[in-house]
Amino acid sequence: MTSSPVLDRHGPGPGQPGADGPVVVAATKARRARRPRALIASATLIAAVLALPLVFLLVEASGSGAGADARLIFRPLTAELLWNTVRLTVAVTALCAVIGTAAAWCVERTNVPGRKIWAVLVVVPLAIPDFVVSFGWASLWTWVHGFRGAVIVMTLAVYPLVYLPVAASLRGADPGQEEVARSLGSGRVRTFVRITLGQARGAILGGCLLVAMVMLAEYGAFEIVGYQTFTTAIFTEINVAFSLPAASALALVLVLLSLIVLGAEGKLRGRGRVSRSGALAQRVSAPYRLGRARIPALAGLTALTGLSLGVPVGSSIYWMATRGHDSLTGVSMPMAALTTALYGLLSAGLATLMALPVALLAVRHPGGARRFLERSTYLVLAVPGVVIALALSYFTERYLRGFGYQTAPLLILAYAIMFFPLALVGVKASLARAPVSLDEVARSLGQPRLTVLWRVTLRLTGPGLVAAFCLVFLSVITELTATLILIPTGVQTLASQFWVYETNLSYGQAAPFALVMIAVAAIPSWVLGRFFDRGAADPRMMT
Amino acid sequence: MARRWGRAPRMTAATLAVAGLVAATMTGCSALSGSASTGGGNSITLYSGQHLQTTQKLVAAFEKQTGITVSVRSNDEAVLADQIVTEGARSPADVFYTENTPPLELLQGKGLLSTVRSSTLAATPSRYNSPQGDWAGVSARVSVLIYNPRLISKSQLPTSVMQLADPKYKGKIALAAGETDFQPIVTSVLRAHGTAATEKWLNAVKANAAGHLYPDNETVTSDVNRGSAAVGIINQYYWYRLRAEIGAGATHSAIAFFAPRDPGYVLDVSGAAVLKSSTHQAAAQRFLAFLVSKPAQEIIGGHSLSYEYPIASGVITAAPETPFSQLQPNPITLGELGTGSAAIALLRRAGLL
Repeated sequence: MTSSPVLDRHGPGPGQPGADGPVVVAATKARRARRPRALIASATLIAAVLALPLVFLLVEASGSGAGADARLIFRPLTAELLWNTVRLTVAVTALCAVIGTAAAWCVERTNVPGRKIWAVLVVVPLAIPDFVVSFGWASLWTWVHGFRGAVIVMTLAVYPLVYLPVAASLRGADPGQEEVARSLGSGRVRTFVRITLGQARGAILGGCLLVAMVMLAEYGAFEIVGYQTFTTAIFTEINVAFSLPAASALALVLVLLSLIVLGAEGKLRGRGRVSRSGALAQRVSAPYRLGRARIPALAGLTALTGLSLGVPVGSSIYWMATRGHDSLTGVSMPMAALTTALYGLLSAGLATLMALPVALLAVRHPGGARRFLERSTYLVLAVPGVVIALALSYFTERYLRGFGYQTAPLLILAYAIMFFPLALVGVKASLARAPVSLDEVARSLGQPRLTVLWRVTLRLTGPGLVAAFCLVFLSVITELTATLILIPTGVQTLASQFWVYETNLSYGQAAPFALVMIAVAAIPSWVLGRFFDRGAADPRMMT
Repeated sequence: MARRWGRAPRMTAATLAVAGLVAATMTGCSALSGSASTGGGNSITLYSGQHLQTTQKLVAAFEKQTGITVSVRSNDEAVLADQIVTEGARSPADVFYTENTPPLELLQGKGLLSTVRSSTLAATPSRYNSPQGDWAGVSARVSVLIYNPRLISKSQLPTSVMQLADPKYKGKIALAAGETDFQPIVTSVLRAHGTAATEKWLNAVKANAAGHLYPDNETVTSDVNRGSAAVGIINQYYWYRLRAEIGAGATHSAIAFFAPRDPGYVLDVSGAAVLKSSTHQAAAQRFLAFLVSKPAQEIIGGHSLSYEYPIASGVITAAPETPFSQLQPNPITLGELGTGSAAIALLRRAGLL
């Protein structure tokens, strides 16, 4: 537990703005006053790219006329579907908050046996195709149906969206605060609620925001459990009425809904900055000794992975064993796996890179317009993948004469756009805890701005960056709707090849692709765990 | 401090990772971009919403016969139609092959299709082609009732789709009103009975199907088979596909036809068209001509898993037991089925869409 002298000096707690230390205060003030032009320019450009799908929605929706759009939106069925969407979103978000946070705390902060293995297993469900999850459930129990079915299936599929940011946040949090609270006579439960959850609050809220937004636009799994949501109406417009304009008008309602979600999250988050003292003290807390509570903790984690991972893996193996192999030909499994992994790596890298300036601006240079800019980038999560892909096809055809259409770079950009908010949440949560004072020390010692960014800021935010990268990577693995539209003709990812077999009822051929998707997803989860463990063993890793 | 940084702490791992990523990207370029050639005169791009088993067999036979390479992009036919509209004049697609005619009618209405060669249109009965001649019919399916004999006997089944509105079927019907196969039935009922009666009928059917309104025909099929609902309306091939998938032993359902020429007895046609924007018109037309030729029609009627009827005369199907020539569907034409916009408006008003 060694740390450098500078790092031992604790930074300001929340609401103690003057505590930066006398050496750096003057330099700090001068620098804070300067407008970060390069940052604003790059963040604005990124926000503009992310606004493309929204612009496309407006263009398309205006094509069908306001009267027709209004008739479509203001009718009983729309209200019913909206209600279905809202109650599902609320239920799944609440459950994910509890499950994701509890799992993250168990894995990161306690001495529950097999932590390293759990750390991988609890993340993987994010990369299992919805269809496999819901098929597994529906074939096991017929009562997994309707609202109840949708809540179960979706909670088990998306809780890692809460788990990952919270785990990253707990991993980097300052154990000193807990120790202080305990030494001041605060009970265990009280310390947990006030301090531990308090430290992870930003990450929990960020994760919940992702879950809620993803639920608004979710479609795939509901087909199987027979639960109709607002997105069902959008797809009906596309599939039955062949009306992209009507579908776009309805999708705008989803965007409005997500504005409400964003507003609610902003309110809950409050105005106060998240505690920043954490990363200053890069000590790793001694794991909380569970004692007799080890049994229920172990049982909980076993049940969670058993349900979220065991059911789909089990049904995949069952398919392989029992279902016929047709004469369908497709790309080879290693080829599809390589393609998927490369698309995942490149788009996760791009999304994380794009998230950096937006997050830096939001966290380090807050302000009205900049806050609006950052918040606007979340809206893309409520836009269905089909619409995002068609938007890119529209803009390349219209303004670039089709340049780059159906090529790898455009698909990578599409993925980065679709999953940008996932990266942003990860980057922002850890950036908020990385103290500005360290950057300023470095700058005052004559280090150039970019060097500081690379050597100080990025290192302090390491866990968050890796979490952001993994969130995007895992989501790209199963992405299908945009993939089918934008992928170069003749190329197949694991998901698209799986879809081909699955829609043609060749489950025997589809199942191995589902299993390999799960295996590919386990790799970044494992790397993430390793990364954290190295950080834990060697505190300098983060500093 | 500066000296400490000068030692470049733990840079190696990151550098290695970046280098590895670059190397992987370079070797993986073909994995990302594929090798599909689109520029050559001897290759075409096919946007296909048809079942892949059938499509792959057809494409393989065509490539062997003509030496023309076909790159296939598979997706939902409605999404492909939207994609083609969005792509406009620079669409990479040469041929569009669909399970149903409404997407083709949509593109025809927007003036995006070339006229099909008359010899191709002449290969099949003209009632299965576009009246305007912009797309050609390739194969057909028919709407039937699926029922579970444990819950309802064959004699209790409705003989007309109109009887599904009867209160005695309350709680017994499963319905996927959002499926592409249901809207042609509504169009057919609309043509036979007019708007007011159709609307009343839809509302009654919806009430009877309460609790069993599903997003797709696969769910309707498996639910009736499982016994959660007694009756459903589907296209015949869903039942054949279910039976092939789960085996005859696990098949607890059967199919039944409506009375001859009933408005619910509708033939759905799968078709194909050449895009006006295609720069490979000749090769694309050859593909269409191939689809209605005897070898292709025999592939469709033979052992393909789509269980569709070939429509060129003289080709016999293996799986659907009732021969195509013995079907007695409602005489509504494909032109009258159109894109189904009137039916969709009624479905929306009934709250089924």
